[in-house]
Amino acid sequence: MELLDLSMSEILTKLNNKEVTSVELVKLCQKRIEETKDLNALISTCFDTALEQAKIIDSKRAKGEKVGELAGVPMVIKDNINILGTKTTCASKFLSNYTSIYTATCVKKLLDAGVVVIGKANMDEFAMGSSNENSAFGPVKNPIDKTRVPGGSSGGSVCSVASKQCFASLGTETGGSVREPASFCGVVGLKPTYGRVSRYGVVAFASSLDQVGPVTRTVEDNARILSVIAGKDEMDMTSANVAVPNYLANINKGVKGIKIGVAKQFFSDKLDGEVRSKLDDAIAWYQANGAQIVDVDLPSIDAALAVYYVLSSAEAASNLARFDGIRYGVRADKYDDIIDLYFKSRTQGFGKEVKRRIMLGNYVLSSGYYDAFYRKAKRVQKVIKHEFIEAFKHCDVLLSPTTSTTAFKLGEKSNDPVAMYLSDVFTVPINIAGVPSLSIPCGVDKQGLPVGMQIIGAHFEEAKIYQVAAAFEKHNTKGEK
Amino acid sequence: MEYETVIGLEVHSELNTATKCFCGCKNEFGAPVNTNCCPICIALPGALPIVNSEAVKKAILMGLAVGCKISNYSVFERKNYFYPDLAKAYQISQAEYPLCIGGGVEIDIDGGKKYIRLNHIHLEEDAAKLIHTKGETLVDYNRGGVPLIEMVSEPDMNSADEAVAFLEKLRTTLLYAGVSDCKMQEGSIKCDVNVSVHQKGKPLGTRVELKNLNSFRAVHRAIEYESSRQIEELEKGGKIFQETRRWDDERGISYAMRSKEDSQDYRYFPDPDIVPISVSEEYIASIKRELPRLAEQRKTEYLQLGLTESDADLLTAQRDYADFFEGVLKEFNEPKFVCNWITAEVFKKLNTLDVEERTIPLEPKALATMLKLYKTGEINQAGARKIFDELWENGGDPVQLVDSLGLKQMNDSGALEKVLANIIETNPKAVQEYRDGNEKIMAFFVGQAMKATSGKANPKLVAEIVKKLIK
Repeated sequence: MELLDLSMSEILTKLNNKEVTSVELVKLCQKRIEETKDLNALISTCFDTALEQAKIIDSKRAKGEKVGELAGVPMVIKDNINILGTKTTCASKFLSNYTSIYTATCVKKLLDAGVVVIGKANMDEFAMGSSNENSAFGPVKNPIDKTRVPGGSSGGSVCSVASKQCFASLGTETGGSVREPASFCGVVGLKPTYGRVSRYGVVAFASSLDQVGPVTRTVEDNARILSVIAGKDEMDMTSANVAVPNYLANINKGVKGIKIGVAKQFFSDKLDGEVRSKLDDAIAWYQANGAQIVDVDLPSIDAALAVYYVLSSAEAASNLARFDGIRYGVRADKYDDIIDLYFKSRTQGFGKEVKRRIMLGNYVLSSGYYDAFYRKAKRVQKVIKHEFIEAFKHCDVLLSPTTSTTAFKLGEKSNDPVAMYLSDVFTVPINIAGVPSLSIPCGVDKQGLPVGMQIIGAHFEEAKIYQVAAAFEKHNTKGEK
Repeated sequence: MEYETVIGLEVHSELNTATKCFCGCKNEFGAPVNTNCCPICIALPGALPIVNSEAVKKAILMGLAVGCKISNYSVFERKNYFYPDLAKAYQISQAEYPLCIGGGVEIDIDGGKKYIRLNHIHLEEDAAKLIHTKGETLVDYNRGGVPLIEMVSEPDMNSADEAVAFLEKLRTTLLYAGVSDCKMQEGSIKCDVNVSVHQKGKPLGTRVELKNLNSFRAVHRAIEYESSRQIEELEKGGKIFQETRRWDDERGISYAMRSKEDSQDYRYFPDPDIVPISVSEEYIASIKRELPRLAEQRKTEYLQLGLTESDADLLTAQRDYADFFEGVLKEFNEPKFVCNWITAEVFKKLNTLDVEERTIPLEPKALATMLKLYKTGEINQAGARKIFDELWENGGDPVQLVDSLGLKQMNDSGALEKVLANIIETNPKAVQEYRDGNEKIMAFFVGQAMKATSGKANPKLVAEIVKKLIK
């Protein structure tokens, strides 16, 4: 078996046993990235600094000095997360010339743990999209079928892990941007509880929903990364002051006695037949292995998508207002006055989808519409959150499909925003409720395209999610190795 | 027809916190351009605001000083608009749930008192400073993100005098509460004014907002101008439009900036980056204990020390006066004596200064030392004045000044007797007048004695000796 096929946890063991060096791994990743350039997973790479860092870690390890828990692991970071001295473009023409002067807390924690960053991942512009086709740097392709989308907006982060360009990556979520692509590309992706991971240094899309999430090839890898990046950050007031548990402690405990909730709202007519049958198989497997399946009701989640587009667009309109062409970013060449400077810079710098969300957001916040849209959406959000909290009184986790279909074709939905928005119908309610959810592979359809299943936990119950997910993963990957 | 002017004020004051409202940058005036800024206050992508608890505390202190109800639940909102001095393109402010609600201050007007209600006080951030040069505009972000409180009055004022009295009262209170430096030239206190006119007994008129008021004097003039403009317009049969007008202090006129139709829609909504602020009753109580003694309280104390009402008013007119008075008392506990010197000599000098600069340049301890020397007869009044002038101009140690200026009072009665014997001998006419019962002639002898001793003679002693010698 090739080194790049190993999981991050396996490669860590090899690194710690000095069977392989970080420098070797960075070089292997670099080679793979060059071979798979056509996937367009990365916007920029930083092999030179990566090799320098890898060397330092290797020499520390060789000398027997203490190294971080992820020391030497090459990772890719989504391009809306700031790293000092690297480009942070958010896949936008507007920020195509922008170099970060500080490092996001989540990346700082990874660097402190010894991670070696090798590149910044392509994405939908400002994380707005479900197919990674809204990138100023061109679409990312699904490594399983290059005629299909990898999902979005963390399409590059997911593609790089799925295509083995790296061992793990960071993506970001607002309404499913880690889980949907993870599902389409057959990897593991987490949307942590809102407030679990600091947002400081992560370019905001919708502040009240955004979370950074690890993308990995295994559940255990995912838990290892979350352990590093989770926790209260003084630089982010919305980060939660909740202790970070040991996510690995119960990961192999199995599911005996675990109550798994199934809500009929996640298994509606919209669900593709093949996806449904894979989910049914998974449910049956859990039942057969000692878990108890309980029916739960989430009557209001149908409203989640509407709530999401009101709230996320409102916040986005305000968050993206700072991109005015005054201090940084691309300013239009010619302008008559200050208004014209704003108008032209933003018109030229932003893509179609971003403009659509800004207009929508400003509309729902404007005087006379605020109560009907923003305030009402906030109220419905409370209802949805409450329904999740209620549901978790009856079960440990909820199980649902991540997406209603497998990966669709490039271009298939790009001219139909509503159809595109519907790809997130199962993921969005989780962000609205602020609960954590992990998407893991759950077999493939007849075309060989991965099906994803999400395991949703109560607030700050990521450990339970990992436990339930790891049990199924063990069964699901049996025979693959 | 009789018109009544109705005025409401929105007063902004920068808080004197160590750091800015939402980041750790220094809050200081006059630093080199763009040196007090960071990813947060220049709004780099991904940066997030963190509320400065000192700013919250100072806003609450001011709220308590003017009798507001402090909200247990308070929310920061985003006020969205594009302008180069606003890095995020939104100002973090408060709207629906401000920190302090209600309250008010009493102003002295026309010999009476009037209570002006406040609607609320909220906390927000200041914008950066634009520097217009030939052909381009530059931005200095040092001020961007400095904490401001906005104190919004009810429309309770009816004249320019009342508005200025209200402003002065707020300024005094801000200083007493110790939350702001209130320096108009440094922009640390600013206000917008809403003015309307109506006939008494009729519904309120359409209000006009006045901006660019850079001094209390400008506020006064702008209100007078605006209310006459509105009355004239109505008298002509015209209409008042709801609009924002800019005051041009040089020309003494206001002109329309924007009408209601093109007024901005700020699209306020709760800032999702900032969790709502919960303020517990215990916290409010603890801040209350830290609230410095305000003017009213100090006045009461001064009356108890035996000062007159008018002296107590003079001393508490500004916090630095009261602080100075108390500073002197700490060294020399003679309230009446100290008060007399301050209200006479210190205020006389202050009145020669520009209004905005009226701060006492003396060390309380130095004045106390000088007054002690005077009271104990080491120096006489003329000497005391000389030392005072010197302290005011150049500072120094009064004890040393007594020597260096040669002001030690002549208390040697033997020597004085010799001096006076000579004066009596050479002025028989004056001696005769004194003998005839003209008490006023004593001043002549004292004057002569001063002349002969270069002002050092102890006048009391001189009088005694004269009485003894002329019998």
